[in-house]
Amino acid sequence: MSVEHDAQRKPLFNKILIANRGEIACRVIRTARKLGVKTVAVYSEVDENAMHVKMADEAYCIGPAPSAESYLRVDKIIDVCKRSGAQAVHPGYGFLSENATFARELAKAGIVFIGPPVQAIISMGSKSESKDIMTNAGVPCVPGYHGTNQDSSFLLEQAEKITFPVLIKAVMGGGGKGMKVVHKREDFFDALESAKREAMKSFSDDRVLVEKYIVRPRHVEVQVFGDQHGNVVSLWERDCSVQRRHQKIIEEAPAPGLSEETRADLGAKAVAAAKAVNYEGAGTVEFIYDNDTSKFYFMEMNTRLQVEHPVTEMITKQDLVQWQLEVASGNPLPLQQDEIPRVGHAFEARIYAENPRNNFLPDVGPLLYLSTPEPSENLRIEEGFKAGSKIEVFYDPLISKVVAHGRDRTEALRVLRKALEEYHVVGLSTNIQFLRTLAGNEDFIEGSVETAFIDKHFDALFPPISAPEPELLAQAALFVALRDQPVVNNSTTSPWASLYARRFGSDVYHRIVQFNLEHGEETKPFQVHVYSTDVGRFDVEVEGVDGAPNTKFTSINASLASPTQLSSTIGNQKRTTTIVSQRPPPDVPASHAPNTAERMHIFHSEGQKTTLVIPPPKWLLSLGGEVLEAAAKKGIRAPMPSVVVEVKVNAGDKVKKGQVVVVLESMKTETVLRAERDGVVLSVGCKKGEMVPEGKELVEIDTE
Amino acid sequence: MFVRRQLPSPARLAASTTRLSSVAPSGRVVPSWRRSYHPSVLPNLVSASSPEFATKAESMQSVVEDLRSKLAEARLGGGEKAVTTLRKAGKKTPRERLNLLLDPNTPFLELSSLAAHDLYPGQHVPGAGIITGVGRIAGKECMIVVNDATTKGGAYYPMTVKKHLRAQEIAKENGLPCVYLVESGGAALPWQAEVFPDKEHFGRIFYNMAQLSALGIPQIAVVHGISVAGGAYVPAMADVNIIVQNQGRIFLAGPPLVKAATGEEVDNETLGGGAMHSRESGVTDHLARDDEHAIQLAREAVADLGKAAGATRGPDATPESPLYPAKDLYGIVGTDVRQAFDMRDVISRIVDGSRFREFKKEYGTTILTGFAHIHGYHVGIVANNGILFSNSALKATHFIELCSQRGIPLLFLVNVTGYMVGSKAERGGIAKDGAKMVRAVACADVPKFTVVVGGSFGAGNYGMCGRAYSPRFLWMWPSAKVSVMGSGQLSQVMSQVSKDPSQHATLKEKIETQSTALYSTARLWDDGIIAPEDTRDAVGLGLALANREHFSSKGKATAGPNWDGQGRGFGVFRM
Repeated sequence: MSVEHDAQRKPLFNKILIANRGEIACRVIRTARKLGVKTVAVYSEVDENAMHVKMADEAYCIGPAPSAESYLRVDKIIDVCKRSGAQAVHPGYGFLSENATFARELAKAGIVFIGPPVQAIISMGSKSESKDIMTNAGVPCVPGYHGTNQDSSFLLEQAEKITFPVLIKAVMGGGGKGMKVVHKREDFFDALESAKREAMKSFSDDRVLVEKYIVRPRHVEVQVFGDQHGNVVSLWERDCSVQRRHQKIIEEAPAPGLSEETRADLGAKAVAAAKAVNYEGAGTVEFIYDNDTSKFYFMEMNTRLQVEHPVTEMITKQDLVQWQLEVASGNPLPLQQDEIPRVGHAFEARIYAENPRNNFLPDVGPLLYLSTPEPSENLRIEEGFKAGSKIEVFYDPLISKVVAHGRDRTEALRVLRKALEEYHVVGLSTNIQFLRTLAGNEDFIEGSVETAFIDKHFDALFPPISAPEPELLAQAALFVALRDQPVVNNSTTSPWASLYARRFGSDVYHRIVQFNLEHGEETKPFQVHVYSTDVGRFDVEVEGVDGAPNTKFTSINASLASPTQLSSTIGNQKRTTTIVSQRPPPDVPASHAPNTAERMHIFHSEGQKTTLVIPPPKWLLSLGGEVLEAAAKKGIRAPMPSVVVEVKVNAGDKVKKGQVVVVLESMKTETVLRAERDGVVLSVGCKKGEMVPEGKELVEIDTE
Repeated sequence: MFVRRQLPSPARLAASTTRLSSVAPSGRVVPSWRRSYHPSVLPNLVSASSPEFATKAESMQSVVEDLRSKLAEARLGGGEKAVTTLRKAGKKTPRERLNLLLDPNTPFLELSSLAAHDLYPGQHVPGAGIITGVGRIAGKECMIVVNDATTKGGAYYPMTVKKHLRAQEIAKENGLPCVYLVESGGAALPWQAEVFPDKEHFGRIFYNMAQLSALGIPQIAVVHGISVAGGAYVPAMADVNIIVQNQGRIFLAGPPLVKAATGEEVDNETLGGGAMHSRESGVTDHLARDDEHAIQLAREAVADLGKAAGATRGPDATPESPLYPAKDLYGIVGTDVRQAFDMRDVISRIVDGSRFREFKKEYGTTILTGFAHIHGYHVGIVANNGILFSNSALKATHFIELCSQRGIPLLFLVNVTGYMVGSKAERGGIAKDGAKMVRAVACADVPKFTVVVGGSFGAGNYGMCGRAYSPRFLWMWPSAKVSVMGSGQLSQVMSQVSKDPSQHATLKEKIETQSTALYSTARLWDDGIIAPEDTRDAVGLGLALANREHFSSKGKATAGPNWDGQGRGFGVFRM
């Protein structure tokens, strides 16, 4: 940038408000801090100790946990802007980021919205309007007929114009109902009839539309940036094809397997699309890309900074939040189109609180233990939570993003895999292991990405869970043995501690450690014998299961490098394994449920996490059983942390055995709680919409 | 009667006076972080490659291996069948109970594991049917007494009683809370005459429990099985007790005896079960679901002892390993008590940093005295390096007085044939000088520890703190001997005073058998046989116990080692 240019530069804001939470709020604060811009955070009541609140210079509470009462409250955010003197608002993504009303209200209050003009948000927010604008601007859209003429032969005519294969969709459609793929002309009428029939049945409306069907589609999008001076550039494309539940989980830039012509064409079309709506700031033009024909079609434009923007930053070496601030301050784009670099390849993996093996259903809970890989020039960790934080049921379950860069795709993937292997979370289910498997999948490595990737490679991505290896059980048992031994401080410790399991006359201290699998049928526990042969030295014998021979490991050197790191030499291999113990809540009576026992989370080869349960001793189960039985006689308790959907009884009501008392929702699943026997409701300890912890008494019933 | 066995050779004495000028032995790299050479560091002059060393090491090795196999056998208790019976009843074995009771991965100093070995003809009573030892529970060192129900149902043989009483004695001296894991039918009836009536017999167990409790030393009992007749008093005399439901039974007389006496027909559980005693009689305090639960409750009971549990005091200095390997002790000492060795080579393999600050080194050279640390604890060492002369006895007396004055515990490393005999020695007053040493040992105001490395013969046994002089612990090496005199001398003496040669041979054989460590340990003349390389750790653990802080509910806590002579001084030395 020239000196004159600098002289004309408008100053950036002194203070901005970030109307968001989690990693993106932290991300924006980091850039603002780098530029000396003060930051104001807003937070809901449950986020009082959140990372973004701690990072910001000022923070204001704007209401209760539900988004509608806090992060979506335009009035409160504008009020905080006024109170704090923030000159501009960065909306992040989600929440109010694409809300035209918000942008308009801010403008009214004289506050800058760090985003596109209101009209661009409105235009791009409407599917039909955006398609019309794009068609007029020469940007290709998916060919199709969306009109009112429902005549069969007319629709066939349209289908032939579109060229087969085509997709017949109910206008009111959703969930795949009334949706038919037609590959050949002769099948068209049968399919049309069937689609109409299904549509009628499901939506009482048999109107359909016809669209080009793309057999192997990919999701390719272009990062664009516009300024207030009419300049628009593209910062190359990203591929976000691999999705689950129609949401992205892994993104990369640039898109693999694209010819330079296609790439240039994509960029040009995206810039044209942005110019068509006089775009300013960061935006993303999404295309559906046909893997078989290399043709691409406009899908929609997102008028915000996207979750996956870091992959673009990695290959262009630019800070897009800084670009946003420059543009919002009225400065021209920092770089011209031909100045924008494209270096190597980058991946982003989104770490979600979810259970991939249970249909990727979201999970909530505390991050009891969190250990992340060391960031480097090639590795960014975009975090919004620290160990001890809770992933709340009210918000998006995104924990963080791992962004890896390499000189080429293979290298970037290698960096990503290693980072995922070093990313350890305990406390809730995550998709880390799944992402690691995905990043190591042969077809993914080859770049054969498409939106149906996970379905097509389901078996490879979800290999059956095998029984834990003896080496793993041995390590878990050694961890238990070592963490239970006395703490020794050399200069002041009595030999009664420093000699550890010292025995005399060839006697050896022997301890049996038992483990169960966290999920799986109730079988005989794995038995591991640990012999303390000398200080820091052990023999371990793992009992074989189902008549298999025992496995013996002799003369193992083992120690705890930290409270969660076991150093051991099993089979002459020196290894350091992260093992995290999760003790049950102290007030929960022991039972066979894994969450009432101590769980050992072991992170081992290739990012695998195995969770073993130390079964409670018989006597504890016997005591716990009595407590549970006594409790069950009286009250109805929440079996898991959940939201109360409905309370069906009032105090004083008579209830019959089996009658529905309370309906709960947890992890998107409803649970119906019924009365165990006839009785009278003494009291109701919950109300609709309330978040209840596990074990909370919801309704007390007198069964006398 | 004290016979001179061997004179120290002038060459050896010369060697010992010049040794300090030698530098650190070649071929051994002493890491620089350890410490620079200091005159108090004993040099290593042992030639580990010499044939003599190899022969000695080999013979010690075989003796140690024999010891280990005997110990391993004793640890099996009453055997497979008895263990199976316990398991079928849902019980844990005595050793499993013990391991669960101890803090995980902490030491256990087992006592007299070979008690009653080969003692009762035709009867296998391993360890006298009882496991005793010191271990940590909830971070506190405790005396643990476990009835071995796999051995004769945990019945008390004469040696069982002796072992139980010895455990209580150690608990008293060291202020250790006692935990009794009870499962015993009481006195072994055929031996009732040697078990029941005398002062140091069965009744003494309960007398001790009462007195220990009065001293503020907690008594905790867990009833895992039958606890009948006299045995019923262990839980009944305890401060706190725990019983396992449907398993533990306490009654003065079992159902058959009740029926015989009163005609009442009653089953075990109704008569003395855990539920009854916990709900009705109040004999028991805690009702456990099973063995494991009972032991968990016992651990919690110890954790709740508060100050009464006493407290470990850390070492006086940072502990350091010796510079030379303990395994060398095999080749240095060997198994033939007649073969001489320099006791400094033993000390250098036991004490911290191999440092020994010798006192009166040039005087009375047949005894070594000096200060050292073991596992960081200060200790005064008295060790034999030949026969005891008047000057050696005076030197030892002087040194014991020093330690007594300063409150530094004493360690006796014993290899003594006795005090010097002959007219020269008698005219020099060996009798009164020996007596001074014996008096000093008897009245020393500090905890004493004795390890018999070689022989412990005659009055040397007294001067070197034999069993009669109440050391806190007395351990024997497997090759050690203890008797009134060596078998060789004995038969020589006999041949002069008796005319029947056939008797001499029998007597010699008898004495030889009776002087072995195994014979000694079977009769509880010691607290156990330890392998040479175990010496440092056993003594270190003992020193740590002697350094505990005691607390008495009756008065203020006593700081520092508890003075075994209660500060009464020495009495009259004959000068």
